[in-house]
Amino acid sequence: MTGELYQRDRTWHPPALTPDYKTSVARSPRLPLLSLQNSDSELTGPTFGHGDIAAGDADLLSNYAQTGDPIGERIIVHGRVLDENARPVPNTLVEVWQANAGGRYRHVKDTYFAPVDPNFGGCGRTITDAEGRYAFRTVKPGAYPWRNWTNSWRPAHIHVSVFGTAFAQRLITQMYFEGDPLIPKCPIVATLKDPAAVTQLTAALDLNATIPLDTIAYKFDIVLRGHRATWFENRPEGN
Amino acid sequence: MVQKLDYLRETPSQTAGPYVHIGLSPRDAGFDIYDNQLGEDIAGPDAKGERITIQGRVLDGTGAPVRDVLIETWQANADGIYPGRGAVEDGFRGWGRVVPDAEGVFTIKTVKPGAAPGRHDTVMAPHLNLWLVARGINVGLNTRMYFADEEALNADDAVLNLIEQAHRRDSLLAQPDGDVYRFDIHLQGERETVFLDI
Ligand SMILES: [Fe+2]
Repeated sequence: MTGELYQRDRTWHPPALTPDYKTSVARSPRLPLLSLQNSDSELTGPTFGHGDIAAGDADLLSNYAQTGDPIGERIIVHGRVLDENARPVPNTLVEVWQANAGGRYRHVKDTYFAPVDPNFGGCGRTITDAEGRYAFRTVKPGAYPWRNWTNSWRPAHIHVSVFGTAFAQRLITQMYFEGDPLIPKCPIVATLKDPAAVTQLTAALDLNATIPLDTIAYKFDIVLRGHRATWFENRPEGN
Repeated sequence: MVQKLDYLRETPSQTAGPYVHIGLSPRDAGFDIYDNQLGEDIAGPDAKGERITIQGRVLDGTGAPVRDVLIETWQANADGIYPGRGAVEDGFRGWGRVVPDAEGVFTIKTVKPGAAPGRHDTVMAPHLNLWLVARGINVGLNTRMYFADEEALNADDAVLNLIEQAHRRDSLLAQPDGDVYRFDIHLQGERETVFLDI
């Protein structure tokens, strides 16, 4: 029997109000969050199966291709979803979205000059296997400008959404790429106060996972909150 | 020196950004890519209970609607059973995704959940669990939406009662209004919604 979740370390995650990331100023709660012990509302969560998605959804090189492959550096992004106890999280939904190789999103509100790629949708999804592994094939996204300061550029990144088994494990983050000089310049990255947290979001070039002469690879492991053990908790409790 | 604790650290959160709809709700970003967009049907066709519609807006600290938000909902069925904790109707998912329309109004169509077992033999008043992500939100925001017309159950709900300033409990109550329940979420300001660290 698994127990409640380890408390989320709010000093490790970014705070709500991060003025250098300007949009956070009007969108950040100012009163403290109400801390709850877990009930079924937090410890249960939606589950997904292979009937929910298609096998090709994880291949962004082909899942929106109309006339050929998308333009860009062909990459594999792979890794494992684990919990804080280092146990794999199997059968969990992983969703990704990203800009194309020129740094343009397929979105009506993205008006950047870089062209939309007719063969690239920019989203994918998969379900982890029994060992918690996942893999996507895509193109490396380009850096793009955004209106924070007038000269703000996002490092290349892939947005990642993960479920786990409990609604309180729900997580969205961004994966960055080893060696990107824009990482230390980015006010969204800088919402993380601990350099080790930035490191944890930076995928490593993984030459062992490439397809030689075909596709380069990056490894990105994802860690969700872990469950406490319940050895001494079968007694009736006061509160 | 001591032995090393070998726990991993949770992957830190980053904002979902302005284009979260591309990834999680691509039809709302203006394109069709998946045969099956997830989260469109919360309760399924065979769910028991009262069919309800919830409408509201997510408002920023200046009072402007947040149109690029994505909300996920998670709930028990009409008997108060969460999927995974017991048998629920075929097709009852309990989970959904909604995004606002051009005016910033989101619409959740589901069945009213039942009261569910809480901690230590308590009863939780009927509620939806909500998770909000958007540009400018660094860590997804959790909250609950209760029903103002469940006064007796709400009065005994442990989470509502944990809110120190009693008037702030109202921020979690959806108000019946004709055919719908109204529920606005205030990210900050005088009427800031109670958000939860779960
Ligand atoms: Fe982005």
